[in-house]
Amino acid sequence: MKTDTIAAIATAMTVSGIGIVRISGEEAFSVIDKIYRSKNGKKVLSEMDSHTIHYGYIMDEEDVIDEVMVLLMKAPNSYTREDTIEIDCHGGVLVMKRILETVLKNGARAAEPGEFTKRAFLNGRIDLSQAESVIDIIQSKNDFALKSSMSQLQGVLTKKIQEIRGEIIHEIAFIESALDDPEHISIDGYGLELEKIVSNIRNSIKKMIDSFENGSILKEGINTVIVGKPNAGKSSLLNVLLRKERAIVTDIAGTTRDVLEEQMNLNGIILNIIDTAGIRDTTDVVEKIGVDKAKVYVENADLIIYVVDSSTKLDENDQEIIGMLLDKKVIVLLNKSDLSPVTTDEEVKLYLNKKIISVSTIENTGIDELEEEIKEMFFHGNLAFNDEVYITNIRHRNALQNSYESLGMVLRSIEDGMPEDFYSIDLMSAYEELGSIIGESVEDDLVNEIFSKFCMGK
Amino acid sequence: MPAIEETYDVCVVGAGHAGCEAALACARLGFETIIFTVSVDSIALMPCNPNIGGSSKGHLVREIDALGGEMGKNIDKTFIQSKMLNKSKGPAVHSLRAQADKAAYSMEMRKTLQNTEHLTIRQAEVSEIITKNDEVSGEQVIIGVKTCSGRTYYCKSVVLCTGTYLCARCLCGEMITHTGPNGLQAANYLTDSLKEHGVEVFRFKTGTPARIDKRSIDFTKMQEQFGDERVVPFSFTTNPEDVQIEQVSCWLTYTNEKTHEVIRENLDRSPIYAGVIEGTGPRYCPSIEDKVVKFADKDRHQVFIEPEGINTNEMYVGGMSSSLPEDVQYQMYRSVPGLENADIVRNAYAIEYDCINPNQLLPTLEFKKIKGLFSGGQFNGSSGYEEAAAQGLIAGINAAMSISDKKQLVLKRSESYIGVLIDDLVTKENHEPYRMMTSRAEYRLLLRQDNADLRLTKYGYEAGLISEERYQWILKKEKLISQEISRVEHVNVGANKEVQSLLEQYGSVPLNTGTTLTELIRRPELSYEVLAPIDKERPELPADVAEQVSINIKYDGYIKRQMKQVEHFKKLEEKKIPEDFNYDEVDSLRIEARQKLKLYRPISIGQASRISGVSPADISMLLVHMEQMKYQKKS
Repeated sequence: MKTDTIAAIATAMTVSGIGIVRISGEEAFSVIDKIYRSKNGKKVLSEMDSHTIHYGYIMDEEDVIDEVMVLLMKAPNSYTREDTIEIDCHGGVLVMKRILETVLKNGARAAEPGEFTKRAFLNGRIDLSQAESVIDIIQSKNDFALKSSMSQLQGVLTKKIQEIRGEIIHEIAFIESALDDPEHISIDGYGLELEKIVSNIRNSIKKMIDSFENGSILKEGINTVIVGKPNAGKSSLLNVLLRKERAIVTDIAGTTRDVLEEQMNLNGIILNIIDTAGIRDTTDVVEKIGVDKAKVYVENADLIIYVVDSSTKLDENDQEIIGMLLDKKVIVLLNKSDLSPVTTDEEVKLYLNKKIISVSTIENTGIDELEEEIKEMFFHGNLAFNDEVYITNIRHRNALQNSYESLGMVLRSIEDGMPEDFYSIDLMSAYEELGSIIGESVEDDLVNEIFSKFCMGK
Repeated sequence: MPAIEETYDVCVVGAGHAGCEAALACARLGFETIIFTVSVDSIALMPCNPNIGGSSKGHLVREIDALGGEMGKNIDKTFIQSKMLNKSKGPAVHSLRAQADKAAYSMEMRKTLQNTEHLTIRQAEVSEIITKNDEVSGEQVIIGVKTCSGRTYYCKSVVLCTGTYLCARCLCGEMITHTGPNGLQAANYLTDSLKEHGVEVFRFKTGTPARIDKRSIDFTKMQEQFGDERVVPFSFTTNPEDVQIEQVSCWLTYTNEKTHEVIRENLDRSPIYAGVIEGTGPRYCPSIEDKVVKFADKDRHQVFIEPEGINTNEMYVGGMSSSLPEDVQYQMYRSVPGLENADIVRNAYAIEYDCINPNQLLPTLEFKKIKGLFSGGQFNGSSGYEEAAAQGLIAGINAAMSISDKKQLVLKRSESYIGVLIDDLVTKENHEPYRMMTSRAEYRLLLRQDNADLRLTKYGYEAGLISEERYQWILKKEKLISQEISRVEHVNVGANKEVQSLLEQYGSVPLNTGTTLTELIRRPELSYEVLAPIDKERPELPADVAEQVSINIKYDGYIKRQMKQVEHFKKLEEKKIPEDFNYDEVDSLRIEARQKLKLYRPISIGQASRISGVSPADISMLLVHMEQMKYQKKS
């Protein structure tokens, strides 16, 4: 198949130190020859060896656009398996745009999203599941999801799934060979043995499925709920975190009556910050609805920031809140550290053994420590993240779920005392489902799906 | 002297189990058919084991019967013991096996052939195939065969079923004879003619144990193996009452350390281990030498002593085939309890023969490169009577279909063991004689021996081998089954005394509230049959209908799940690869995959995915390429 030559800016379109413009296709070298000039003006890049780097300038006619390093990769030793050029330029948006325009003017066309990967896939450089993770990367919203997609691309998922499939096929093979050669291979008492093996496999699959449940929260952000009794400074905290006046802050207790939700990006971790009505026993109908709602949010939160007004005594409202937090992921903020303390962290520790940080939302102190703590919890997996294999793709999740259920059927068959030849039906289903994740079962549907995502056939 | 040239519609070469089915199918469909054999006395010969059927092979026989073949009917007429195997396992692996009176089996088949219209039997050795190049397409087309004596037979289709006769060589230790099985004349010329026509030939080997004089065996040292009390016939057309005969017994004994010692000490005199045998033998039907070497940790192996017929004293020593020299055979057999004084009537021997690489065949069993040339049986690299008959029948049907330009019969893996057998042969790399096994069938819960008629009768009918009456009965049977299943679903069972005591009788938990009969049938300890007393409205149904109702209700969940697997399978099977597909255009295929695909030229993505050396990644490349071709056509 003949393909045209594509180009795109490969780095983020933000102000940064360095930017990369990538060109791929049969004309890549003829394009770069037209626009590159070496220091002495004599070097012709198409005559240079593959995998070498060259210093020089990108020229638009006679104008120097930028001083660059050019990396050459000749087919098939590149990501796309086509001739590929990378131009490392200065990172300004304008510079990158001008270089790209010059490239396009000289014979390349602008690449569609994911088109380099599409070529890598079509040219056999990566398999379906790798292509799929690249789509995830393109679409992922935060660093952690990206990290997970990256590791899928590198085959962590593939390895884990292969391992499990290996175990399953081993059992299938045993059953089948016992059926074929009952004289030499005895299957007596095998049910009990298989039960153990299948239960173990199911547990590892369950873990992966659970990681998806966490993962999907992650993609949308971690649900972080701010709680505290009225006027403890919850809304001020939200504003400080978001660095804007999102919530109306007054000195009047009970100002926030509904629940406010905002998303923030904490060094790549997306938090859904939820500010709740202060929890107190109230007769105000509207406020009461807000309070009840806050309790539900606390129940479903991934992380709770409990704001304590250190200038007042812990009261029955605090006690009620503490009662809800005992088995949760909680960071306690002793707010109003700018005022003379009435409640100390020792006192809070008596009731709630969690990380405690002193802050002042007025003076903006302690907030860095809070952010550090959240990151810490996140990266240490304290937010119940499974760092084994991390499932972020819904198709993978469904396949895992199906195989989990098939293995459940196997257990059921064993329990029901079915003859051994029945086990292999559901074992095989589980095996095939798992294979569909890593492209080892032939999946027509997946090809179609990838096809539509990559806009192939255009 | 008859004319030196004759003309038929179909020439069938070989009158073993494949040849007989092929010839009968063509003749019954009204085509003038001639069948060649090196010896008329060896028609449907059983040169090895004296039984038909067995694990998964029993399925094949029932499928052959459903399609209108002869094997099932023939064994029903000539069996001397019958047994349903694996009854303690699920219905998918139940398998019928019958001991045959070998001579009667052979004679009965001969009679059937002789009495079939449009069928001529001829004792002659075919030495050449004759082809011409089609004037339009340039393809090689078969036009006839030539015999050793120089006579020419022109025809439209040829079916090769040469079994183990091509360049056959028998080995018994150091003694080598250039004969076919049982000392019959080998066919030494046809191979060269095939090679000249571009056919690739393999060399395989197989073997058979000794036959021992019954009078020299001490049966008191063996366990007697009886047939079933109620015999189930193979053929769906046989009246079950006709097969309730007086049966003979088989006997079970075991090898021991002494046997194994004799074998180990003499391995250097075995032609296989001494490197004299070039052919590859079947892994799944190993000689006793192979078993002793392979299962070195086993201190004994089963030995079945089976009668070869009613009118012979010869007993077959199942499980102890060998190619060791005669003197070692004596020591070896006589070390087995009960065989201490055994008199060997015929020695065990191994046989080597030419067969083809079946990847040269289409799934119709026609040669890809020679139009009108079909083949079946051991010639295609299989082993076993049943495997041979199944291919012979399909090759015969398709030879006939090709003459009348009708749609050829290709059975799917998801609907028959025959489909699995042929697909495996033509798609997978085959380095040893191919034996049918239950594990080869992915969807075996659907491919039971009990429902072969429901699965395949329609194909036999469409081909013209099944009568209108028989086909109508299948349609009626289907209806009766589904009616009864839905009736049972609506039968409510209350927690009354009669019900509870019946449940108690079968060790089943008593009911708390009412339920349906279907639910009760699904309990592992219960079945449709045992619940008859509490099912007052149950209609009188033929036994085979009741059996289907029972199995379908009881294993409903499993059947449905397997059907889901089949759906997925079918999707890929139905994705056809155009005949003129250019694999060189798919840049990203790996070299090995490209070569294999060009060689096999699979008809569907499904078939392509089963070729060894073609990975799922290659398949997705193919799918993507085909998808792109579609877009290009549209725009």
